[in-house]
Amino acid sequence: MHKDLLRLALSERAVRRHLALCLAAAVVTGLLVLVQAELLAGVLSGRFAASALVFLALVVGVRATLSLAQGVAAGRTSTGVKSALRRRLLSRLQELGPARLTSHRSGELVTLTGRGLDALDPYLSGYLPAAAVAGVVPIAVLVRLFTADLASAVIVLVTLPLIPIFGALVGMHTKAVTERQWQALSRLGGHFLDVVRGLPTLRAFGRARFQAGVIQRVADAHRDATMRTLRVAFLSSLVLELAASLSLALVAVPVGLRLLSGSLDLSIALLVLLLAPEAYLPLRNMGNKFHAAMEGVAAADQAFAVLDGQAERPARGERASGAGAGGRTAPEIRLENVTVRYPDREEAALEDVSLVIAPGERVALVGESGAGKSTLLHLLLGFVTPAAGRVLIDGVELTDLDAWRGRLAFVPQRPHLFAASVADNIRLGSPGATVDQVRTAAEAAYAEEFVAALPEGYETVLGERGANLSAGQRQRVALARAFCRPSADVLLLDEPTARLDGRSEGAVVTATRDLAEGRTSVIVAHRPAMIDLADRVIRIADGRVVSDRPAVPGSGRTSRPGDDLAASAVSAASAVSAEKNGGSR
Amino acid sequence: MALAAAAGAAAELAGLGLIGSAAWLITRAAEQPPLAALSVAIVGVRAFATSKGVFRYGERLAGHDVALRAQATTRERLYQALIPAGPLNHRGADLLSRMVDDTDAAQDLLVRCLLPAVAALVTAVTTVVIALFLLPAAALVLLAGLAVAGVLIPAGTAAAARRWSARIAPARADLAARVADLVHGSADLAAYGAGDRALAACAEADARLAALERRQARGNAVATGLGMLAQGLTVLAIVLVAQNSGAGSVATAVLALTSLVSFEPVLPMAAAGERLTGVLAALRRLREVRATPPAVTDPTAPVPVPDGPPTVEIDDLVVRHSADRAPALNGVSLTLTPGRRVALVGPSGAGKSTLLSALMRLVEPESGTIRLSGVEIGRLSADDARRVMTGLTQDPYVFQASLRDNLRLAGPEAGEDALAEAVRRARLERWVERTGWDTVLGEDGRTVSGGQLQRLALARALLNDPPVLLLDEPAEALDEETADALMADLLDATHGHTTLLVTHRLRGLERVDEIVVLENGSVVQRGTHGELVDTPGYYRDLWRSEALTAGR
Repeated sequence: MHKDLLRLALSERAVRRHLALCLAAAVVTGLLVLVQAELLAGVLSGRFAASALVFLALVVGVRATLSLAQGVAAGRTSTGVKSALRRRLLSRLQELGPARLTSHRSGELVTLTGRGLDALDPYLSGYLPAAAVAGVVPIAVLVRLFTADLASAVIVLVTLPLIPIFGALVGMHTKAVTERQWQALSRLGGHFLDVVRGLPTLRAFGRARFQAGVIQRVADAHRDATMRTLRVAFLSSLVLELAASLSLALVAVPVGLRLLSGSLDLSIALLVLLLAPEAYLPLRNMGNKFHAAMEGVAAADQAFAVLDGQAERPARGERASGAGAGGRTAPEIRLENVTVRYPDREEAALEDVSLVIAPGERVALVGESGAGKSTLLHLLLGFVTPAAGRVLIDGVELTDLDAWRGRLAFVPQRPHLFAASVADNIRLGSPGATVDQVRTAAEAAYAEEFVAALPEGYETVLGERGANLSAGQRQRVALARAFCRPSADVLLLDEPTARLDGRSEGAVVTATRDLAEGRTSVIVAHRPAMIDLADRVIRIADGRVVSDRPAVPGSGRTSRPGDDLAASAVSAASAVSAEKNGGSR
Repeated sequence: MALAAAAGAAAELAGLGLIGSAAWLITRAAEQPPLAALSVAIVGVRAFATSKGVFRYGERLAGHDVALRAQATTRERLYQALIPAGPLNHRGADLLSRMVDDTDAAQDLLVRCLLPAVAALVTAVTTVVIALFLLPAAALVLLAGLAVAGVLIPAGTAAAARRWSARIAPARADLAARVADLVHGSADLAAYGAGDRALAACAEADARLAALERRQARGNAVATGLGMLAQGLTVLAIVLVAQNSGAGSVATAVLALTSLVSFEPVLPMAAAGERLTGVLAALRRLREVRATPPAVTDPTAPVPVPDGPPTVEIDDLVVRHSADRAPALNGVSLTLTPGRRVALVGPSGAGKSTLLSALMRLVEPESGTIRLSGVEIGRLSADDARRVMTGLTQDPYVFQASLRDNLRLAGPEAGEDALAEAVRRARLERWVERTGWDTVLGEDGRTVSGGQLQRLALARALLNDPPVLLLDEPAEALDEETADALMADLLDATHGHTTLLVTHRLRGLERVDEIVVLENGSVVQRGTHGELVDTPGYYRDLWRSEALTAGR
């Protein structure tokens, strides 16, 4: 039994009950075989009257009912365990936080939490009950045989352990080879998947057809090797079969001869004949279910590895200080000698950064990719914590993340669209927003037009990962999300126009300008139109601030003849920022 | 296949024979006949006992051999169907792996459905025939019981499985989508404090799925219970019939015990029926994949590629990825004369990669022509077209193979020197020195970063050295310094070589012969670097923003 899984199953009351019921029903069903054999032998030998068939029918009925109960309880056990495990995995994933869910492993985690846990079914509802039966029924059968006929009982007693012993012997002999072969078999599947995934590359170099032959050859070679191994590996099941059937012969022939000499009663003889196979059957059942069960064990191991992984992030919501409780005006953000390190990297992502961002100021962060711009944003979002130094909000150290995040509006570089309606996607940060508020936010983000064109407007459910919207449209939904939080007084944007064409860029820039009004804003920017929005431009390189200067009006002005919307939007944005800069400085 | 089926059936029959002869032996012995009367049964018991295990062993071996062959054939056929560029190539990795999983269905169909069914059928027929000789009335009862357990109940489980999978599959997909939301959208959720709501949504989806799975489990449990009931009651009825019709105790015992055992291969048919539904669905999906017409079909009589340095003429090309979408390319014209280098720039989604796909015969144009030295490329075989025009494509792939093999697939005849030269020109030599030529890369091997993968793909393209070199974002995923150096090298190396370069880095483009700016599938600007920098538009904007962000 998987230790962690057992602990999990026992810690849930409902699961514990269902597991107990499932195992008990399985064992009682197994034990009732003894009663059934007893009655059948009695009736066939004429020792019991035909009326005993009524009892036999009753036993059959009870067995069927119990097996029904076992199946239902098994289903409840495995769904219960899966749900509990899923719940823990998901809250664990949430604890890990965005900074540590790297994209490569996240796909794996999604699969494990979803389909992956289904591998537990054969283990929980097949193997476990079979193991329980194998632990009880053979012994019960032996006990009954001993009271019925000593000679037969001894034969069964002697041959029964042969099964596990021979199984273990053959197993030990072939274990290494078998394991290697099973691995090779799964690698064969992996090889095929590998080739299929790489098909575009093979096609580009004219190697696609050549690989078809390779697939065939690899498969043939593997089959030969596998069959050589299986010839030995299946010996254990040959021994199992032989032990079971030969011991039946060993029991039946002497019993027949003793009947002939009159030293044995027919009903006892029949009982022995009926019971002897039942001693071996549970072991065989357990063996058959072993392989499928091992996949479940592997899935469980994987899940517990995630659960046991070190927890680095401190628990959320230490409600120590009120970074957000006080002010409803745009806050001042101050960084004091902040250094941020990622666990798997040697050099610091941010090194000794000190900054003051005044209330209502709009700051553009520029610099090459990997310089630390996103890390700075993640720091302000609370996704990463400083290894040294402090983040102060209106002079108070940032500790209460929940309250702080309640004041934020955030537009990431690649916003995630949830598998929900457009309206629900927009009201992500303020679930209570009315339809009108959602609509207003969408209008402000220049999203109204394309949302209205969707088949069901605001009620259109976005596909998996929002695949049916273009990059620019997704970006505008994310902006609408920010607009839908009118109480937010801090705006954080991560290259919102990085992947947009001119037309979308113009709309997003204009919307961003409106959104930044009256809020403390930090905008990671690449494109001139976006940089033009800022009062101040901070350049970051290798985790340090290398320059910090007021924005030069129109420094990166873009104009796009032939692209009316973008041109007007951008020039409007430039004009406003130029005016503002010119006026204030 | 026949061998496996025969061995399986023989194993079941031996089991049947074992219990039948043992029952006969014992009940007959109780009548105390002379020993000679029992000798046949004694031999029978021993023979059946020995042969059962041997047959079973043979069945398992033959069964696995057949299954492995069937799986290999299914995979081979799937792969052959995938070779021509199809719309499938745009499917996600997850869909691909599910498709590969589906090929396991062929194995399951044999090992878990067909072979057990044959064994069950042979056993059932044999038992019924034996019963017919012993007591016709009992044979009828047995036939009815076996039909219920082997036909009715499996038909029920198969139907139920169809119904349930229709309800469970969407619930499962819903859960997967919510889990994906929680993981992939974790930044958005955390920033807006919506994590707990997303968690609750996951829990709800999980509860819905669990409820359905519980009901499915209940259905299966009913099937198992009914099977057990059918077995017990059939034996019971046979005993009753036998006793009432005055059959002797020997016949009764043999009938009762053989019919009891005859259910053993028949009862698992319920599970097989359930599995069959999934197997058939998987096979149907594979058939659909095979039936999907490829995006590009080869001409029946392809013409050979004209000799000499190739000229590529693209004229008013329109490509549409699907009928309900705007064209990805909308009237693009471009000429590549021998030795000429053209750069394609433009925002993502402008159609740059689509143009390369059209040149490589991966998509069929809606209208317009591409001519290779005067021959319309639709008249060439796709393989020939790609022999002339290929290179670094979008989404390069690293195979689970040695670094050497990963590179050599682009030049199977290349010698060590050529490999080393390609690696050097792709600025990969330091990594190769560290990693070693024979280190296995890919999923199970050494991980390859995005920048390394990109340079590996570039090394492949340089090694392949096609007459028309296509390069899709060769400097993507590299840091600034390496990217600049690599582009400079690349522009040196391709001097005088017909090249089509897709890029969004403008540095060094003063060295190409022509720059074509694509936006929304159309050419919006074209000219040399100098001309474009002097003209207001996308190129100049991008040039300035590049200068600004790179601090130049």
